[in-house]
Amino acid sequence: MKRWLPMLGGIAVLLVLAALPLLLTAYPVSVASRILAFALLVVSVDLLTGLTGLPSLGQIAYFGVGAYTAGLVGIHWTSNLVVQLGCGVAVALVVAAVTGALAVRTSGVVFLMVTLAIGELTHRVADGMTLVGASNGLAGIPGPTLLPGGEPIVLVGYLYWWVLAVSVLGFTAAVIVSRSPLGRSMRAVRESPTRLAAVGQRGYAVKLVAYAFAGALAGAAGTAWAVQARFVSPGDIAFSVSALALLSVVLGGAGTLWGPVLGAAVVVLVRDWLSGYLDGHGELVLGLLFVVAVFLLPRGIAGARAWRPAVAPPSAPHSLGSIA
Amino acid sequence: MGWLDANLISLLNGVALAGLLFLVAVGLSLVFGTMDVLNLAHGAVSLLGAYLGVALLDPGHGLGAYALAALVAMVCGVAAGLLLTVLTQGVRDHLRQALLTLGVALVAADLLREAFGADVRSVPPPALLDGSVDLAGQTYPTYRLWVIGASTVVGLVLYVLLERTQMGAVVRATVADRAMVEALGIRTSWVLGGVFGLGAGLASLGGLMASPVLGAQPGLDNTVLLLALVVVVIGGLGSIRGAVLGALLVGEVQTLGVSLLPEQASFLLFGAMALVLLVRPAGLLPSAFSPAVTAR
Amino acid sequence: MSARALSAAPVTAAEAELTLQPPAAPLLVAEQVTLRYGRLTAVDSVDLRILPGARHALIGPNGAGKSSLFSVLSGAVRATSGRIGFAGDDVSSAGEAERARRGLVRTYQHSTLFLGLSVVDNVRVAVERRAGHPLRPWPSRADRRLASEARDRLDQVGLGSRAEDPVSALSHGERRQLEVAVVLACEPRLVLFDEPTAGMSAAETQRFAEVVESLPEDMATVIVEHDLDVVFRLADRISVLAAGRLIAEGTPEQVRADERVREAYLGVDRSDDPLFGGQG
Repeated sequence: MKRWLPMLGGIAVLLVLAALPLLLTAYPVSVASRILAFALLVVSVDLLTGLTGLPSLGQIAYFGVGAYTAGLVGIHWTSNLVVQLGCGVAVALVVAAVTGALAVRTSGVVFLMVTLAIGELTHRVADGMTLVGASNGLAGIPGPTLLPGGEPIVLVGYLYWWVLAVSVLGFTAAVIVSRSPLGRSMRAVRESPTRLAAVGQRGYAVKLVAYAFAGALAGAAGTAWAVQARFVSPGDIAFSVSALALLSVVLGGAGTLWGPVLGAAVVVLVRDWLSGYLDGHGELVLGLLFVVAVFLLPRGIAGARAWRPAVAPPSAPHSLGSIA
Repeated sequence: MGWLDANLISLLNGVALAGLLFLVAVGLSLVFGTMDVLNLAHGAVSLLGAYLGVALLDPGHGLGAYALAALVAMVCGVAAGLLLTVLTQGVRDHLRQALLTLGVALVAADLLREAFGADVRSVPPPALLDGSVDLAGQTYPTYRLWVIGASTVVGLVLYVLLERTQMGAVVRATVADRAMVEALGIRTSWVLGGVFGLGAGLASLGGLMASPVLGAQPGLDNTVLLLALVVVVIGGLGSIRGAVLGALLVGEVQTLGVSLLPEQASFLLFGAMALVLLVRPAGLLPSAFSPAVTAR
Repeated sequence: MSARALSAAPVTAAEAELTLQPPAAPLLVAEQVTLRYGRLTAVDSVDLRILPGARHALIGPNGAGKSSLFSVLSGAVRATSGRIGFAGDDVSSAGEAERARRGLVRTYQHSTLFLGLSVVDNVRVAVERRAGHPLRPWPSRADRRLASEARDRLDQVGLGSRAEDPVSALSHGERRQLEVAVVLACEPRLVLFDEPTAGMSAAETQRFAEVVESLPEDMATVIVEHDLDVVFRLADRISVLAAGRLIAEGTPEQVRADERVREAYLGVDRSDDPLFGGQG
C-alpha cells in the first residue's frame, strides 16, 4: 500500500489542479498558470542543483530563450501551440548544449558564477535587442491555437490547461530521467566525481547531457510562460527571478523534484498573490519565510519530518566546495 | 593625447566608481574568502548606508555632519555584519546561506522601502565638496575626486591592518588554518565576526559615500550586489589587491566601456566575467591562503 | 566444423609446439616515472612491471611515495616525467576515466564512495558503466538485470543484506568492502589496492584477504599495505619503496632477506626481528 501512496497522491493533486478553472475565477487561474510555468523552471534548476550537484543561476537564460522563441514564432510564423513549444524547446536545447559545453567544465562556486554570467548576459541581450522588443518586451503575440486552422484560445482557463499539460509532461520527463541510468550517473557526479572517474565514466559527459536536458526543460517552461501572458519582457528573466528560482529549490528540498515545485508555489503565492493582501509587503513575508525555513526546515519542505516515513530525503546538498 | 583628452572624464568616472565598488566589494571578498560564507545581504547593507545619507545629510551640510553620517553608517554596518555572523553561525551549506542572507536582504529592502518610499531619493554632497575642479582644461566634480581619494586611503589602511598588524596576522592565520588558531586559544568565531562586521561596515560606508552620486532607490541593492559579485569573481577571493583590480576593471568597463562602445557595453561586463571564470577560475589575484585556492 | 576446430587454443602437444606462446607481456609498465611537487620529489625514477594475473605488493615506510605512485599509475595525477604503459598501449596522457575503462582501476586510502547513494547503487553505477548505458535518460527492463548483478557482487563481499542502506550507515570496514565490490564490478584487468586493510579489524582483514585470494587468476592486483602479514600471504612479488625510490624488488623471501629493506624499515640491523629476523 505504501508504495502506491506517492502515486495516488500525485493523481489526486493532478485532479485538483485540472479542476481549478472550474472552481476559481480568471485572476487566480492566471496566477496558477504563472506558478506552473515557474515551477517547471524550478524543476529544471533542481535537476542541475539537487541531482547533479551543479548549483545554477543560469536556467533563466534558457527559459528566456524558450519564451522569446515561442513569442517570435507566434508573431512571424504560426500561432500553433505545439509548434511554438517544439521550437522553444529545440532552440533552448541547442543554446544550452553550446553554453553548457563551456560551463560544465567548472563546478561548485565557479559554476554558480558562470551560470550567473550566462543568465545576466541573456537578460541584457534581451533588453537591448530590437528584434525582441528590447526593454519594452515582446508584445503583440497573437492568440495561440491548438489545432491547425483552429480558433485562437483566449479563455484563461483553456490556456491554463495547456500550461498544466506542458508542466505535467515536463515534470514527468524529469522524474523519468531521475529514475534512469542517467539519473544515477548524475547523482554519482554529485556525490563523488573522483569515484565516478575511477569506474571509467567521465563526469563531463554526464554533466553536459544533464545540462542540455535541463535547458530544454527550462525552454519548455519559457514557452508556457509566453503563452499564458502573451507577452515576454526582459524583466521576466532578471537576476532576481533567477535567484528566486534557485532559492525555491533550496526551500522545497533540493534533489526531490516535487519539493521544489512546492517551493516555487510558495514563492509565487507569497510574493505575487498574497502581497495584495499584505499591503504590498509580499517580499517582507517571503524574506521572513526564507530565514525561518533555514532553521526549521534544514532539508527543505520535502525533508520535513512529516514526510520522512513515505519518502526518503536525499542527502542535503554539500557546500559549493572550493574553486577548483 | 587627443584620446586621453576626449576620455579623461570617463576614465576618472571609472576610477571613482571603482572606489565605491571597492568599498562594497572588499567586505564581500574578505567574508567569502576567509569565512567561506556566501552573503547575499551585502547589497542591502550598502543600500542601508545610502538611505542613511538620505536621512542625515541635508543640502549644504558641512564636513562635520558628513563625518558623523559616515560614522553612523559604519556603526550600523558593523551591527548588521555581527547580526549576519550570528545568523549564519551554524549554517555550513552555501545554498542555505544564500537562502538565509537573501531572506534578510528581502526583509531589509522592504523595510527601507516602507521608510523611504519607492521613488529615487537624491543626497547632496557636503557644501565644501560640492563644486568642480579644473582638470587639464576640463571641469570635474570635486566630490568624485574626494571619493577616489577616500577609498584609496581606506584601501591602504585595510592593507596595513591585514598585512602589518598582529590582528591582521590572526585573520590571515584563521584563513589558512582555523583549527590551528583555535588550538592557540584564540576564539576564531570572534575573528570571523570581526571580519564580517568590518566588511559590512565598509559596505555601508560605501553606500553612504555613493549616495550623492548614485542616489538611493529600491532595487539599488540588487544592482550593487551583482556588481560586487562580479568584482569579487574577477578580482579573486579573499584579497584586497584582488578587490582593487576587480573594482578598477568593472568600474572602467561600466564607464569608459559604456562611452566607447554603447551597444556592447551591457554584455561586455558579464562576457568578461565569464571569460575570466573559464580561464582563471579563482579570479585574477586571489589570496594565496583562501580555502578556494589551497584546496585542490 | 566442430567447436574445437574453431577454438584458438592448441589442443595437441604438436599444435602447442607450433603455436608457441611468447613469454607473457607485462600488463602494466612504469618506466622511469618521476613525480615532483615543486622541490619535493614524491616519486623518483621508478620502474615497475606487473604481469597479467600478478599478485604484487608495494611496501615501504610512511611517506615513501606509495600512494603518490598509485595516483600516477591510475591517472589521478600526471607524472612529471616517465612513461606508463597498459596492455601494450601508452597511457601516460590518458585520464583516470580512460584508464579505468581500459581495465586499470584503483581503490583509495580514504574510501571514495558515493556517500549519498545507497550501497547497491554504488555498485550499480560501476556495473552500468561497464555493461549498460550510463547516459540513457529513461529506465528500461535491462536495468533490472544489471541491478541484480550489482546485488550479486554485494553478496560476494558479504554486504548483500545492506543493499538498500545509505553508505553513511556502514562501518569503516564495511565501506572498504563496498569499495572493493564497486571496483570489481568494473571487471578490471588490474586493481590497485591502496592500503585496503587500514582501520580494519582482524576479522575484516581476514575477509578481505579471502576476497583477494578468490579473485580470477587473470586479474592482476597490486597492493599497498602496511600490514605485512597480509602482504606475505597475498603477494608473489614485492616492490619496496623508500623516499620515492625503488630500493628492492623480488619474491617475499628475497625482500625479507634484503639488507637495504631492513635498513629502510628498521634503521638498524635487527636479526631477531620477527618479520625480518631469522633469515640470515
